Amino acid sequence: MAQESGQQHPLSIYFWIWGLLFVLSFFSYMVDYMNFQGALRWTLILVFMFLKAGLIVGIFMHMAWERLALKLAILMPPLALMVLVWLMAYEADYTFLTRIVFFGEGAPLPVHH
Amino acid sequence: MSEAVITDTADVMPVGTQGVVADFSADKQTFQVPWGKAMMWFFLLSDTFIFGSFLTGYMTVRMSVRDAWPVPSEVFALSFGGEPIPLILIAIMTFILISSSGTMAMAVNMGYRGEKNKAFWLMMATAAFGAMFVSMQVFEWTKLIVEEGVRPWGNPMGAAQFGSFFFMITGFHGLHVSVGVIYLIVVGRRVRSGFYDRTRGNYEMVEITGLYWHFVDLVWVFIFAFFYLW
Repeated sequence: MAQESGQQHPLSIYFWIWGLLFVLSFFSYMVDYMNFQGALRWTLILVFMFLKAGLIVGIFMHMAWERLALKLAILMPPLALMVLVWLMAYEADYTFLTRIVFFGEGAPLPVHH
Repeated sequence: MSEAVITDTADVMPVGTQGVVADFSADKQTFQVPWGKAMMWFFLLSDTFIFGSFLTGYMTVRMSVRDAWPVPSEVFALSFGGEPIPLILIAIMTFILISSSGTMAMAVNMGYRGEKNKAFWLMMATAAFGAMFVSMQVFEWTKLIVEEGVRPWGNPMGAAQFGSFFFMITGFHGLHVSVGVIYLIVVGRRVRSGFYDRTRGNYEMVEITGLYWHFVDLVWVFIFAFFYLW
């Protein structure tokens, strides 16, 4: 039963990750609290987000100890979402431009709720 | 198909890229984990696509609206008598969910050690944190609907689409938390009653439940970043 009992790790590793997640969450909250804006804000948000996501999936969900076949089967498909994001960002830019062209920049929209 | 056969081959299985080829071409079970765990991972993958599509839809709309998007930092500020503190409730909710992930990880560990009572109480603590999270979300929704006048079709602060995305995304996440609390209570009671001693599954069920719960926390990490902080 080596495989089944394989996901036994010392408790200390969970305490460490727990603490790290707290610190990272505190940092992401500080990004807002300190009112960082622009590229700095977005970079920090993404960095802290991916670090937290990595720790949760890797350690708490034990993905780091799984075989590569399972890692690839679960972690590769979400890359398709990145393609969707890229396509929709293109689309959104175009829609925005069209709206500016037809409705102007500042005036209220013809139909407004 | 006894468990021992699979385990024996797993011990001599090549690792890395060669391991991937071996796993997929061995003419037997591909993933060297209990089936329940593999299926939970696939369920979570499909859930990733649902939340991914929600967040992508939100991005598309937020990028293309002409009206200003309401500033989440101000919309979700809360005042305790004095100056409003930005996003404070959301920050507390984030810390609660992370705490629940911590107790869940401990519960999984205790389950495998056979410490049934500890595993049970840690799972109950996780469920309690989850219930706390949902209660705070109810408070947040009530405040937004009653005091701020946010509706799915409009709001006084800016772009009309804000409400529909807020209610859809946080609502679907809140539903996941609520279901998770029930799931935790059901599995936790079975742990305590010794149900898993009588089945071949042992305590992998605690880990499977844990996978679901950590995923709920994981989704919140993305919602927190993209909806509240961005």
